[in-house]
Amino acid sequence: MLNVALPKGRLGEKVYAMFEKAGFPCPSIKENNRKLIFENQEAGVRYFWVKPSDVAIYVERGAADLGVAGKDILLEYQPDVYELLDLDIGKCRMAVAAQKSFRDNPQKTLRVATKFTNIAKNYYASMGRDIDMIHLNGSIEIAPILGLSDVIVDIVETGTTLKENDLEVIETIVPISARLIANKAGFKFKQAPIETIVASLAAQTEEAK
Amino acid sequence: MDVLKYEEKAIFSLRALYQTYGYAQYKMSKFEEYDLYVRNKNFLVSDHIITFTDTDGKLMALKPDVTLSIIKNSKDITDSVQKVYYNENVYRVSKGTHSFKEIMQVGLECLGAVDSYCIFEVLKLACESLALISSDFVLDLSNLDIIAEVIDSLGVSDQARKNLLTCVGEKNLHSISAICAEEGVDGSRLRRLVSTYGVPAEVLPVLHEIVPESPAVAQLETVLQALAHSGADANVRIDFSVVGDMNYYNGFVFKGFISGVASGVLSGGQYDNLMDKMGRKSRAIGFAVYLDLLEQLCETDREYDVDAVILYDDGADLAALFDAHKLLTSSGMRVTVQKSLPEKLRYKQLLKLQERGVEIIENHA
Repeated sequence: MLNVALPKGRLGEKVYAMFEKAGFPCPSIKENNRKLIFENQEAGVRYFWVKPSDVAIYVERGAADLGVAGKDILLEYQPDVYELLDLDIGKCRMAVAAQKSFRDNPQKTLRVATKFTNIAKNYYASMGRDIDMIHLNGSIEIAPILGLSDVIVDIVETGTTLKENDLEVIETIVPISARLIANKAGFKFKQAPIETIVASLAAQTEEAK
Repeated sequence: MDVLKYEEKAIFSLRALYQTYGYAQYKMSKFEEYDLYVRNKNFLVSDHIITFTDTDGKLMALKPDVTLSIIKNSKDITDSVQKVYYNENVYRVSKGTHSFKEIMQVGLECLGAVDSYCIFEVLKLACESLALISSDFVLDLSNLDIIAEVIDSLGVSDQARKNLLTCVGEKNLHSISAICAEEGVDGSRLRRLVSTYGVPAEVLPVLHEIVPESPAVAQLETVLQALAHSGADANVRIDFSVVGDMNYYNGFVFKGFISGVASGVLSGGQYDNLMDKMGRKSRAIGFAVYLDLLEQLCETDREYDVDAVILYDDGADLAALFDAHKLLTSSGMRVTVQKSLPEKLRYKQLLKLQERGVEIIENHA
């Protein structure tokens, strides 16, 4: 039985459709209910919906053999997994944003508010910049407005939220998209079905380009 | 043997195995001078170390690693090989919990004039170690010299080289393409190397095409032939996603996986570069088995904590209690004698010592 962790939400539904096309359907998943685990004995697959930021943990710990997680999560938590494919969906970027009036003063410690402390830490360390990290769990955009921070490091999709809060991107750190990840041990013992899925998903991704 | 836990049984059989190959047990102190780890911090799996000040003011550490201590205390020999095995506790921070954990490790090291035979023997022992734990295992064998040959031929920057090595470990073909495109080099050979994995008979011919006339591939072939001859190659797979820090490791590196355990349970390789760093002329190879992970394999949780509980009242006849206990334990039962029933204790039989003898009060068997 192949265990697949899907991120709850629109991206997960898109990914499930790709898995279905790859020959691993599980029709019960489309029933509108609150169940989180769906199994198709015949196809030898079990899907479960988890919080997008938890997918990497399920895969690294072996509860799931395969999963789909954003590159942001992989960069932040650095799980020990295989990153088999860039699915080229769920695209956005990790960026530094600030108020339009912001002027960087390199003589001052930069106050950075973010949910992604590892990514921010590594980014500024690579530039040798001294920062004061402020870890927030949400509504990051208001931090510079309230004077809590100078800049924010966050995911930017369309930039609408930033614009509405009078912020703008001043630097792109890294482009983000959804990645197919695999548990290293699971890959050894379930290689055939995983390879079938990787080949099909790669072809579907290529086709969609 | 039934009273022993799964990992405890594994220790016994692994020790016996290593002794048959002439490996001597290496016993060491729990403590080591902190200085040893500071100088080789990146070699350690986690960089957190428990330290304390010894009575003479020296900063000491609870061992986070065994290999460094063995190298430090070994003779620098280049004409023969010192073969040792160990069974020690190490103290590391476990990922995710950010707290220290005591980890039981069994492993072996081969130091000195390490040649193809030594490499073969260590790999054979790695396979046999895994086979002792479970028949459903895979030993992934990689070679850093081959990976380095392919990456070095690209002539990319140091940072890109480091990133490429990380991608190799992740089987991350798309990022290899992206990095190579950024550096303006052709990454197809490296991508092919990463995509080439599986049983040696299928991989070796492809490897000869990717890195023709490579001495590292020739040595890999020699070692694999010996493994095939010894009958230990059935579960060996070539897989270049096993990588190590090239500042310490070189040549053969390998990782063992067991079905049912989420991460590698055995990890090892050649660490000549570490020997160089420590000013040694001798070469080295070794591996460690992470016994703490084997707990996950133990499927059968005991249904009962004990087979029987014998209850007694104040003033009970102690001799009669002892006799009742002896009678039950002589048939192999696990029996606890208690004045009152402990909370949440799961038992098969509940007995009580009465004046006329022991009576069964409850029986769940």
